[in-house]
Amino acid sequence: MNNVLQIVWLIPVLPLIGFLINGLFRNSLSKSVAGFVGSAVIFASFALSIFVFLQVKGGNIHLAHYFNLINIDALRIGFDFKIDQLSSLFLLIITGVGFLIHVYSTSYMHEEPSKDFAKYFAYLNLFVFSMLLLVMGGNYIIMFIGWEGVGLCSYLLIGFWFRNNDYTNAAKKAFIMNRIGDLGFLLAVFWLISKVGTVSYDEVFSATSLAKLSATDITGITLLFFVGATGKSAQIPLYTWLPDAMAGPTPVSALIHAATMVTAGIYMIARSSILFSMAPATQCVIAIVGLSTAILAATIALKQNDIKKVLAYSTVSQLGYMFLGLGVGAYTGAVFHVMTHAFFKALLFLGAGSVIHAMGGEQDMRNMGGLKKHMKITHLTFLLGCIAIAGIPPFSGFFSKDEILAAAFEASPVYWIIGVAGAMMTAFYMFRLYGMTFLGKFRGTHEQEHHLHESPAAITFPLIVLAILAVFGGFVGIPEVFAHGGHKLGEFLAPVFAQTNAYVSSHHAHEALSHNTEYILMGTSVLLALVALSYAINKYSKYQKTETVSTGFAKVLENKWYVDELYDAVIVRPLRSLSAFFNNVVEKRGIDGLVNGVGKAVNYGGRQLRWLQSGQVGAYVLLMVIGMLVLFIIQFFVKNI
Amino acid sequence: MDIKAYIALSLTLFTTGIIGVLVRRNAIIVFMCVELMLNAVNLLLVAFSKMHAVSPAAKASLTYASDAQIFVFFIMIVAAAEVSVGLAIIVMMYRNTHSIDVNFLNRLKN
Repeated sequence: MNNVLQIVWLIPVLPLIGFLINGLFRNSLSKSVAGFVGSAVIFASFALSIFVFLQVKGGNIHLAHYFNLINIDALRIGFDFKIDQLSSLFLLIITGVGFLIHVYSTSYMHEEPSKDFAKYFAYLNLFVFSMLLLVMGGNYIIMFIGWEGVGLCSYLLIGFWFRNNDYTNAAKKAFIMNRIGDLGFLLAVFWLISKVGTVSYDEVFSATSLAKLSATDITGITLLFFVGATGKSAQIPLYTWLPDAMAGPTPVSALIHAATMVTAGIYMIARSSILFSMAPATQCVIAIVGLSTAILAATIALKQNDIKKVLAYSTVSQLGYMFLGLGVGAYTGAVFHVMTHAFFKALLFLGAGSVIHAMGGEQDMRNMGGLKKHMKITHLTFLLGCIAIAGIPPFSGFFSKDEILAAAFEASPVYWIIGVAGAMMTAFYMFRLYGMTFLGKFRGTHEQEHHLHESPAAITFPLIVLAILAVFGGFVGIPEVFAHGGHKLGEFLAPVFAQTNAYVSSHHAHEALSHNTEYILMGTSVLLALVALSYAINKYSKYQKTETVSTGFAKVLENKWYVDELYDAVIVRPLRSLSAFFNNVVEKRGIDGLVNGVGKAVNYGGRQLRWLQSGQVGAYVLLMVIGMLVLFIIQFFVKNI
Repeated sequence: MDIKAYIALSLTLFTTGIIGVLVRRNAIIVFMCVELMLNAVNLLLVAFSKMHAVSPAAKASLTYASDAQIFVFFIMIVAAAEVSVGLAIIVMMYRNTHSIDVNFLNRLKN
């Protein structure tokens, strides 16, 4: 029992040490040492996470308290780690997938100069440290520290090749949109503190604290938390940073924007599940926003030509599904989808990276094709990932997505219908990507064709591991209809959501779906996905590069529904002109005028007073006489002098 | 006689003295104007002393206002001393600059 508490602090501290070593000594470390240090600390954290996971599975949850950040009468905020089922699961995902991505990066980034190479690993380690703080935190403030930290590292890593202005703009965009969400998060925390007087999870979710919150309070707090989640997890309206974030190196996209940072919002809502279940209005909002984001992003992905952009929009879309799950109360389903999504999306991104590497930096799918013959391992693992994300049984994506869709159907059949439409689109655009990249004939230049080769072991090994996980990872969550007691993940997470489930069943109980209904739902969605899949393969396996310019609806999709342009017109330009107004009128004429005016007044006064010192004795005597007169007059009128 | 006449005369003499000090360039004329001011004050002192004079019956107590008439003597003595010193300065000034123009001190400007 106690040995968990003794070592649990090492889990985040080891990546922090890796960050310090790689960061401080980046000028003198060789690439192999930097890569080894960076990866080894994550592997050590992973080993410790496994140990913690096994302990938690045996039933020991812990709250590790270290010191107090704030300790006054009205408020006590401690530096606590809460080790329970939810956080230990996320620990495994973060350190496990993180380790694979670190190994991948040692090969992918090998062309960088060793200083930048070490800087990259330092940033990656700092990111893992912040993410671990986020999931291990025992109160909202520690979570917020990690929340901000991952936002910062996201900025640093997206703008890693900082000499390119477009990349740094993308990094700024990501950070600013994150911050807008963070404002919502902070307001929610302040509201919570003012009403309940504490931020620690155990205390906030206790019955006494929940009784202090009125319905308006809960709805308001949860809505503000959700605003924070939209910023971090790229939902409408704060999602446009994620596709632009593809400017960063591909392993960064895999780690941050597929497996970990963007799932922070989901973790936060899952952690606060009781609050959200007590606010059905917010849940409705979450479900609708999640579903709309899923559909919107899926439609945009249908028409993108950059391989990473398709995957980026796919991520936004899958996150929308996770939020749909949270919105209908399927917390376990959403967390399950986080896990499987981490596996197959990281796999897809790393596979895309392998392809880009082989193509010498080319990312446009219209110039690829027929890579199946040249890159066998990449091709096979990528195919497995595509099947997983399309939701074909028995791969992992099927189980998690189906759980969410079943819960959505329980809430309202309309959710299910739109969700399945999105799943069809997912299958379609993923296999469009697969077909354009790996099937057909090669459409690139001859030089690129000569360079095509399978990637080295450091790249293919993570791909193989992730493919195995993507294929078999779903078996921890076999639903009731297939095997009674087969949902091991649900059993594992049950204590975390016990309070929430008790509340829901006592307040809005509705009967579960009958087995027949579930079979029909599953069958329909799989069938439709297969239809879309085969249509896509058929259409794109013989893709020819054409010069046609898209028109009409296709043009709208290709231009991402002009959302960026809309934001530019409605938000960015008015803000710029407001800021120009403040600069030119208020700052230059107003404030500067005032400050300079004081100086000018002193200058003028001095110049006029100078004339008094004329050097003429007569003038001095005159002044004496005048002074004497003034004194007499004053004395005449004022009695006390 | 009405005290106001004495005050008016004294005031006239005093202001004439002041204007003279400010306006005239000849140092000796300036001195004469200073004397004029002093004498105006003397006149005023004596006039008030006579105004506040008490009957011989009250001369038993020592607080009667003929103090002012004694003070006039002090003023005259001071005037005399001042004139002697001042004229000495004017003689030195003449020896150095061959003029007795008061405006010579304007060179303080530089």
